[in-house]
Amino acid sequence: MKRLALLLALALLASLPLWIGNSYYINVATQVLLYAVFALGLNVIVGWAGLVSLGHAGLFGIAAYAGAILINAGHGHFLSIVGALSVTLGVAALFAVLALRGTGLGFVMITVALGQIVWGVAYRWISLTNGDNGVSITSRPAPFGLSLADADGFYWATLVVFLVAVLTIAVFAGSPFGASLRGTRDQPRRMNTLGYNVWLIRFLAFLLSGLWSGVAGLLFLYYNQFISPQAVALTASAEVLLMVIAGGTATLLGPIAGALIVVVIKNVASTYVERWNFVLGAIFVAIVILMPEGLVPGSVRLWRRWVSRRGPRLGEPAPVAAAQPGNGQ
Amino acid sequence: MSALEVRDLHKSFGGLRVTRAVTLDAEPGERRLIIGPNGAGKTTLFNLITGELKPDSGSIRLFGRELTRVPSRRRAHLGLARTYQIITLFPGETLLHNVMLSLLGLSALRWNSFRRLSRQAVLIEAGRRALERVGLQHMAERPLADTAYGERRRVEIAMGLAQNPKVLLLDEPFAGLSIDERRDVQGLLASIPRDVTIVMIEHDMDVALEFAERITVLHFGEVVVEGSRAEVVAHPRTREIYLGE
Amino acid sequence: MNLWLLAANSIAFGGLLFLLSSGFALIFGLMRIPNLTHGSLFMLGAYFGVSLIAWGVGFWPAALAGGLGVAVLGGLIERLLLRRLPGAELAQVLVTLGLSFMIADLCLMQWGGDPISIETPDALKGASRVAGVAFPTYRLGVIVIAVAFAAALWLMLERTRLGAMIRAGVDDPVMARAVGIRVPLLFTIVFCLGSGLAGFAGVIGGPILSVYPGLDQDMLPLALVVVILGGSGSLLGSFVGSFVVGLLYNFGQALVPEFAYVVLFLPMLVVLVVRPAGLFGRSSQ
Repeated sequence: MKRLALLLALALLASLPLWIGNSYYINVATQVLLYAVFALGLNVIVGWAGLVSLGHAGLFGIAAYAGAILINAGHGHFLSIVGALSVTLGVAALFAVLALRGTGLGFVMITVALGQIVWGVAYRWISLTNGDNGVSITSRPAPFGLSLADADGFYWATLVVFLVAVLTIAVFAGSPFGASLRGTRDQPRRMNTLGYNVWLIRFLAFLLSGLWSGVAGLLFLYYNQFISPQAVALTASAEVLLMVIAGGTATLLGPIAGALIVVVIKNVASTYVERWNFVLGAIFVAIVILMPEGLVPGSVRLWRRWVSRRGPRLGEPAPVAAAQPGNGQ
Repeated sequence: MSALEVRDLHKSFGGLRVTRAVTLDAEPGERRLIIGPNGAGKTTLFNLITGELKPDSGSIRLFGRELTRVPSRRRAHLGLARTYQIITLFPGETLLHNVMLSLLGLSALRWNSFRRLSRQAVLIEAGRRALERVGLQHMAERPLADTAYGERRRVEIAMGLAQNPKVLLLDEPFAGLSIDERRDVQGLLASIPRDVTIVMIEHDMDVALEFAERITVLHFGEVVVEGSRAEVVAHPRTREIYLGE
Repeated sequence: MNLWLLAANSIAFGGLLFLLSSGFALIFGLMRIPNLTHGSLFMLGAYFGVSLIAWGVGFWPAALAGGLGVAVLGGLIERLLLRRLPGAELAQVLVTLGLSFMIADLCLMQWGGDPISIETPDALKGASRVAGVAFPTYRLGVIVIAVAFAAALWLMLERTRLGAMIRAGVDDPVMARAVGIRVPLLFTIVFCLGSGLAGFAGVIGGPILSVYPGLDQDMLPLALVVVILGGSGSLLGSFVGSFVVGLLYNFGQALVPEFAYVVLFLPMLVVLVVRPAGLFGRSSQ
């Protein structure tokens, strides 16, 4: 049953540009996919490590800026991508070492500070980043000679990246390391006495989430062919966190659904409602107060009750937003 | 050599001395009981032994190996296991998964991000056997949230045993259990082979006394009486501090 | 750039920051949540002031009324939203984040996208000579107001029953509840007080900073840095921290504009990483 649904979804996604003619909607779909990659990456640290970050837009942005700067310096796309991701991994390692000095609220605050530093650099170090004016690039990559210049082509490229992300993160989730990570979320103290290196596990998880945030950042850069400090602001980190929380952290589908919800509302709402940020904030507040485990687990719960069959679960954590402070050690 | 040797252990929190000059020697295979009134520092002692707390001074040796510089996680690999007074299990998971986490902690497999955990037949089989030891194999697939308190206590012990420890620290394993449940756990403890040294903290005197060979009595963080079961029970100080209350 | 003038502006800015961050510090210290709505409350107060003044209200009454209005809103936020998540600090932080977006957008809807300046009150227009150098009188006035409020807050905390209860709540909320202090009511009062201070500060800051969309995002990080450096729940820490940050920020912008934010956030990061309790405060975790 599940496999059939997955195949159907895959077929729908792959054929999307064929049955949606309007390139505006194809672009929305591309955005959904790239933000889904971002949200999936963030979920590794928020949902499975139990550490909330409000600074991941910093890693997203560093990849995009590094990519833009390298491309404009004349390096080919492949080298620029590799370079940008390497830089992002390095910065993610630094972020992790600093942020892991705290847990719970302390971790959040440190990620806020780190994100703000990146934003400050993007905004002020004008000679490097062009400040508020942002950096443009003029071309997209052409893998194997295929052009990604039009909406369709870029959509398919993004879809491929998205599928790779989903696959690798799914494998990670079902692996022993994935189980160890979720263990450190639930009982860090016990994991320690069981023989696990809790710090190192969290560090590696952070690197993984940073890597995917970087990939998403590069997709964003190629999509817009432009990057500006706006993408690195606190609101950007809050948006992706909202995607993770809205969709639910326990499943793989959660962040994807969250990305869908947020991107669609952002694009659709802005045509009907003047103010997108108000809606974003209201949804945030509503979900945190009313549905702390997220929309997807809530819906899944209802579906299961209706079908009255219990499927295998990935292990349900306590709702992220209701987690006790000072949880870790 | 002793299985577990604690020498002159001290720990203070600010001005409060919670552990004073505690010395303890547990022989291999011994069944040692630690008793004392609330606040005597029993769990603190366990925390010091596992490394969750750092002592101010003193030494801890596991089969002759000095543990002071060894981080908690490595002590598990050296054969030290412990259960907790307050149940600290993994609530969203099945019983089998809980025990598997215990097994995984000592295996290099825990770093593997590519294999499927659900396909690790050897590990899963070992998990089932660990649950069998505590009589819970029929509930392996049940989520922890759907189990009774007594069953969770047994899972705690299963977690400890799964680590194949040389020294097992049990922190109030009988707490909150019904009479029947206590009997089950007693039987379980009696079945543990002698290659595991057991040090137990307990409040329930009847049950604990049956189990103990040697007893250490703690009061305000220091050892006030120590000896065989008969000696300690008869000792006037014990009655004064504890049994008489 | 005239260093004295820069210094004076920094100190005036520090005074403004103190009015903003003292509220933040109180809330953080007592309720253990970094109130991410604080910047928007500052901005909202400023906008209230703009409207009140446009309707003919004098500057000072407008400042007080603006503060009061924001205080009421703060009380509603605490009572209706935050209180539904007792003890769930992370959830409360996320709620304050969402609210900040909502308030900021509402301000944009109501007052538009152009910066609005608030006119300096007549009594403090012009410049004064201090030690032979001319400073804008208003900025000196802001320093005086900040010091006055610092003194008033200190008196309140040290000498009144309410202050004693707040200090008890900051030190040990569990114990405070155990001895009969009505902690939930205290939370509401402190949240009102903190918000009111922010709103008041917004109007006071109007003649210096003007009011514009994005003011909230400019001010919130500064309050954050002040409280992290100064320690949560420590009034002295906020006081000293405000001036340190004021100096860092202004001098940073003047001397190393490209790294102004780094200059600001690096010390905060260092403190967070090395000494989570801040330079003055008690441990908050």
